Amino acid sequence: MSIITVILVVIVAFLAGMGGVLDAFQFHQPLVACTLIGLVSGQLEAGIILGGSLQMIALGWANIGAAIAPDAALASVASAIILVLGGQGVDGVSTAITVAIPLAVAGLFLTMIARTIAVPIVHRMDAAAEKGDFKKIEMWQILAIGMQGLRIAIPAAALLFIPAETVANFLNSMPAWLTDGMAIGGGMVVAVGYAMVINMMATREVWPFFAIGFCLAAVNQLTLMALGAIAVALAFVYLDLSSKGGSSNGGGNIGDPLDDILNDY
Amino acid sequence: MAERINLSKKDRVSVAWRSTWIQGSWNYERMQNGGWCYAMIPAIKRLYTTKEEQVDALKRHLEFFNTHPYVAAPILGVTLALEEDRANGAPIDDAAIQGVKVGMMGPLAGVGDPVFWFTLRPMLGALGASLALSGNILGPLIFFIAWNVIRLGFIWYTQEFGYTAGTKITQDLSGGLLQKVTQGASILGMFVLGSLVQRWVSISFTPTVSTVKLSEGAYIEWDKLPAGAEGIREALTQFASGLSLSPEKVTTLQDNLNTLIPGLAALLLTLLCMKLLKKKVSPIVIIIGLFLVGIGGHVIGLL
Repeated sequence: MSIITVILVVIVAFLAGMGGVLDAFQFHQPLVACTLIGLVSGQLEAGIILGGSLQMIALGWANIGAAIAPDAALASVASAIILVLGGQGVDGVSTAITVAIPLAVAGLFLTMIARTIAVPIVHRMDAAAEKGDFKKIEMWQILAIGMQGLRIAIPAAALLFIPAETVANFLNSMPAWLTDGMAIGGGMVVAVGYAMVINMMATREVWPFFAIGFCLAAVNQLTLMALGAIAVALAFVYLDLSSKGGSSNGGGNIGDPLDDILNDY
Repeated sequence: MAERINLSKKDRVSVAWRSTWIQGSWNYERMQNGGWCYAMIPAIKRLYTTKEEQVDALKRHLEFFNTHPYVAAPILGVTLALEEDRANGAPIDDAAIQGVKVGMMGPLAGVGDPVFWFTLRPMLGALGASLALSGNILGPLIFFIAWNVIRLGFIWYTQEFGYTAGTKITQDLSGGLLQKVTQGASILGMFVLGSLVQRWVSISFTPTVSTVKLSEGAYIEWDKLPAGAEGIREALTQFASGLSLSPEKVTTLQDNLNTLIPGLAALLLTLLCMKLLKKKVSPIVIIIGLFLVGIGGHVIGLL
């Protein structure tokens, strides 16, 4: 790997690390991070495919309030680097995915550490505010963001120092039953992300829409775009009808017979 | 009244741009306070000229703050309006400003999380990922560009909305609009999740349920085909007319499940995961568990 490639990979890792906490540009999402690493290391196609597969797993990962989700940034960056070093190209994707999962956990701890280190940083900001020093506050804010970037850039750089042969040998030494089984597991793991999202959103009111979506998706002619359009249309129809039927809604609120029965039970 | 100090459009753009980094110094003590203060700096510089006022303003905006990073924009807008009035002599005290911030951050985070993290990102992500799985560069490009256009548009317009509406926005909050947005997003999200579960959770049971000998004439009789290219053509014609490739019809457990409801296994798996998550099982534990099940199931020939 040339020195330029190494530098570019570390820059991508830095962007992903910042993205992981900012959640703004989405550089930490597998779809973006893996593609970029594939791009700078000349294995674009493998990177895109890895990104797509990991994205499916990571769809439901989100930082809510103070809770931190499994870390997509470290998982995508490190698994993409391993994929590139392994030299198996597109064939190495399913192995790279399984490497990514424990890394997502490791990244979670790194995030917690970084967010703890940020506490003394804001104390410095307090001190600067006391003196009305704008420049210092800005400097500490930028340093804090930089620290989040390093959170991913340092492990990425360390990975690059492992000789490609070692990585390739390690990956090749994995028996077929293990990699095949892991690929099957990968197909099921997607469900966890969806379950997380559903748990956040589900109310009795919106469950029917889940059922409609589930049934319609079995019609293979419908593209994802078409399904999205149907969903938007349904949402509008529902909102419109529920606001028009204000009177009947009021009645519904007073007594849901089933609810009453269940409560009495 | 003396000349009124107003925030220029440039100041407001600068605040909106800086709000991109609001989570940069996210910390366990006061969460987004550093990023919030960082975003407010251009406005503070414009509005307050004496050192004392500046110090007060900086300290005021280093208080605890935490919301969804994008919906911080309308809150920033309202705060800008309040600070502007205050700088022009209106009797707005620290408690009022802090009250508005805290009062808005909860309900707005309640909208931002489902709309952005649970509807928009899974939808765009699934769209991009489904393209990317075949190595199509459009997948990541569509995801990245669409997301950032929506995000930057949202940040700027809601911040302006908050700035012009000022404290009136709190009335809008209690009105039905926010509730409607959340409800619409949930409907959209649940529908899409339903289809994603059907399409992308892959689980297939391989055990053979039955092997039925097909009657003569229902399958291609390979030994009776003419040799060479002629034979291949004949075979393809027969296959196209619906003949089976082998004299036996193998039905796996998965085929049976599919005739019942396609994707039933995926649905059950998702429901199981939901149940486990509700019981406070860590998602990581479930993920690792599923990998183990995958390996184990494959080794014994179930999956």
